[in-house]
Amino acid sequence: MPSNRPTSRDLPGDNAWEGAPSSGALAYLGSQFNRHLRASLRRPGELLNPLVFFLMVVTLFPLGLGPAPEQLSAMAPGILWVVALLANLTVSGRLFVADFEDGSLEQMLLARHSLALTAMAEVMVHWLLSGVTLALVSPLFAAMLNLPSAGIPVLMVSLLLGSLCLSLIGAIAAALTVSLRRGGLLMSLLIIPLNVPILIFGVAAVSEAANGYNASAWLALLGAFACGGLVLAPLAIGAGLRISMDT
Amino acid sequence: MWSVIHKMGSPPWFYRFAGVFLRWCLPLALAGLLVGALWGLFIAPPDFRQGNSYRIIFIHVPAAVVALAGYYLMAFAGLVSLVWKIKMADTAMRAVAPVGGALTFIALATGAIWGKPTWGAWWVWDARVTSMLILLFLYLGVIALFEAYENKAVAARACAVLALVGTVNIPIIYKSVDWWYSLHQPASIKFTGESAIDSSMLYPLLLNIGAFYLTFACVVVLNMRAALMNIHRQSAWLTQELTHP
Amino acid sequence: MPELLLHAQSVCLERGYRCLLKDVNFAVQEGQLWQLVGPNGVGKTSFLRALAGLAKVGVSGTIQRPETVLYQGHLPGLKPLLSPLENLRWHPSGLGTKELDALTWALEKVDLAGCEHLPVNHLSAGQQRRVALARLWLCDAPLWLLDEPFTAIDSAGAALLGARLLAHVEAGGSVVFTSHQPNRFAEQLQAMDLSEYAV
Repeated sequence: MPSNRPTSRDLPGDNAWEGAPSSGALAYLGSQFNRHLRASLRRPGELLNPLVFFLMVVTLFPLGLGPAPEQLSAMAPGILWVVALLANLTVSGRLFVADFEDGSLEQMLLARHSLALTAMAEVMVHWLLSGVTLALVSPLFAAMLNLPSAGIPVLMVSLLLGSLCLSLIGAIAAALTVSLRRGGLLMSLLIIPLNVPILIFGVAAVSEAANGYNASAWLALLGAFACGGLVLAPLAIGAGLRISMDT
Repeated sequence: MWSVIHKMGSPPWFYRFAGVFLRWCLPLALAGLLVGALWGLFIAPPDFRQGNSYRIIFIHVPAAVVALAGYYLMAFAGLVSLVWKIKMADTAMRAVAPVGGALTFIALATGAIWGKPTWGAWWVWDARVTSMLILLFLYLGVIALFEAYENKAVAARACAVLALVGTVNIPIIYKSVDWWYSLHQPASIKFTGESAIDSSMLYPLLLNIGAFYLTFACVVVLNMRAALMNIHRQSAWLTQELTHP
Repeated sequence: MPELLLHAQSVCLERGYRCLLKDVNFAVQEGQLWQLVGPNGVGKTSFLRALAGLAKVGVSGTIQRPETVLYQGHLPGLKPLLSPLENLRWHPSGLGTKELDALTWALEKVDLAGCEHLPVNHLSAGQQRRVALARLWLCDAPLWLLDEPFTAIDSAGAALLGARLLAHVEAGGSVVFTSHQPNRFAEQLQAMDLSEYAV
């Protein structure tokens, strides 16, 4: 390991700008958040993709299961959550691909700040634009499947927390596979087993609430998973990206 | 600890160790399997409720136990490889994955065969069966990730991270599947686990578990030795080991 | 006695489990300008990435480098939908100043005045390259590692870039780059031939 590293000093060349020093960790995190948010918002069409996917798949269920409202409302928590998981799967696989292809990832790696931290800026943008929007629109889908109205607030909260967990786990798998240019099947093999607890907690919360029981225990479990994920997943994401850049 | 790990990291040392280990343990493991099978099939008494069909337990339970332990072993090897950058640990990890996956599959298949006479169906979404199925997916994920990378040194490190993530997640998965199962109020009979097992059945079961562990270790060491010979096929020490054993 | 900025000692490079370069010793002092040479496939880019700290798995030996290093590889590191100004301001390396005046000034230096607000994917490959290289006018990192900095750049741009590298070196910084065009800065330029270490 390197021992006596020389530190960076001001080296104003003849024609270099002599200005403000470079920023601290928080400012850097903010700048990366800004960069990803703006880059994603320049392509507003792509933001709709998971929502459109959700709508299409939700439409398939009444066609496959029959339109009987009681049956649909009994199955609605499970259907909504499974489709949310699949919708997340379709987008989180591409999470770091653009950064890998345009070289942003290697520049991120060379930043003085921990890669775990900087990757989180991207995951948070991804969550805001896919998970949070999905949670906000979910009452519409719930109505289509005849979910009892008592379940709707819990559905929104559970999707809000759960999609954060899904994005974190998706980001780990995306970080490990970003250099492979291989899509769907490998990603789903990596992600789906790890997502099982989130699905179980989420469905349990919504169906308890829809049946008029208290769902707070399940929401608390989702929250706990999200907290644990926020602490541990960045380490795995950072390590995964570092390994992926090493090919 | 440090020196032992480093000694085990040296390929020539491991190659010789594997030779000695296999010479003694492989016959022992095979004998254990044979004795365990005979004891389980012919000497252990039939179950008062399930008759003879329960005898599949002597394969089913050891396979399931060793499969789960194998995942943790793989994750531990991954940790060693990530922290101490020991190539031997990479080899160990990649040697464990297919064996563990195969054992998980055996546990699932024997479970299905056992399920037909007891539950009346090949597949029942029981908590244990479901957890085992997810474990199989976790193994398949590691194997698929390893195969997807061209550069196997990088593949091993990626798999190490995945195995560690899986290890953190496994207790949560198992617990959540348990809760999921109890939430859906099972109608089927519960018959293993809590009910005390008679010593006439317990001893052959323990013997079988031991034999499975030992067989697992032998197969993993065989796998590792094969991988090692592949990587070092042009090294001088290997040529010397092979020509002057 | 000038300070050592970069010191690589007995570095071995592996790809897969196959050895590429063996026992490379390489020291870069303040004020030195180095060019990595060698035939295609010898591992110039891999070695530069190892020097930058991007490659770890197949790299053994010790490499001492400054805390901040400016590295520019083949890929521009720019978001195609953001403008040059936005790209430089929120550059993922976190290096350099974020002041708009400085960024505009640097873009003028690389002859991109008037393109500040166009999305980068509206620019040509050479112009994108110039956007990436505008960082050289903004950054206070002592050591620059540049992979093929002269590709896709016209002769005027190459002269500009060469002058900037010399200025950095004369101010006490150091530059290591790979290039196919030989002996551009005859006096200061030192060559490091990697084929001597190939296995």
